[in-house]
Amino acid sequence: MKNILNKLDKAFENKVRLGIMSALMVNEQLDFNTLKELLGVTDGNLASHLKSLEKSGYTEFRKDFLGRKPNTKYKATKKGEVAFKQHIAAIEQLLK
Amino acid sequence: MKEKYIEDLQEIKSIMNRSSRFISLSGLSGVSAGLAALGGAYWAYVTVYSSQMDLGYRMAALPENAFAQLMLIAGVTIVVAFGFGVYFTSRNARRRGEKIWDAQTKRLLINLAIPLAAGGLLALILLVHGFIGLAAPLTLIFYGLALVNASKYSLPELRSLGIFEICLGLIAANFIGYGLVFWAIGFGILHIIYGVLMHLKYKS
Repeated sequence: MKNILNKLDKAFENKVRLGIMSALMVNEQLDFNTLKELLGVTDGNLASHLKSLEKSGYTEFRKDFLGRKPNTKYKATKKGEVAFKQHIAAIEQLLK
Repeated sequence: MKEKYIEDLQEIKSIMNRSSRFISLSGLSGVSAGLAALGGAYWAYVTVYSSQMDLGYRMAALPENAFAQLMLIAGVTIVVAFGFGVYFTSRNARRRGEKIWDAQTKRLLINLAIPLAAGGLLALILLVHGFIGLAAPLTLIFYGLALVNASKYSLPELRSLGIFEICLGLIAANFIGYGLVFWAIGFGILHIIYGVLMHLKYKS
């Protein structure tokens, strides 16, 4: 039991971060506003969780321009995908 | 403790579905598209075969004005089917608190449109060259391919509907001359059956 608990990733303890990763697992990339609408969170909340995921090396972003408006796209890194899959596997083991 | 993780898993699944699939597609739009197709097929039947009375195999020899009329019938049928589809689907999306026009809708429509446009153009080209009998099987096959392609971005059941349409198109290709019957089954009856099933399953 303790072993499994250790495999759970602290980065995904939070609902918003878990949501961001879930969305980025099935989408090549998503922009800030799409993520915001999808998760129903405020700008500041989303930005801080995105920053924290980025710090863990789980997501990365690319700045683009839509006409003249800046449009930031986020995507999951390889490391993030592996970590997320491990987290899910740990949850599933825990629920067995 | 366990409840939290069960909840987490459900949340993950829901977000993955909502962010990658267009799930507001209404079953009723399938039913209305089916009814529109049956109406269109009947109208076309009256137009083309009004001179031939017997049931069974028919030579569809199209006079010039019938061709224009058939195009009109096809156009009206598509507009009616699409209009009701958009109406029921946007109603469904509103009820679920989702937007009808977003990245998922665009992705669904683009992936639906590519095989559909290719098949539609091919059918038109063949029609112009006089291969009238191939129009029904080809539109069924390409429509099926379009559904299989689009099912990745919408309700997964579209895939099996697509496979049925493809099979029906292949069968129809063996029975040239019964095109309208197969067409009515594929676009009319299959749509209605699927629409009802989806409506019951998703309560849309």
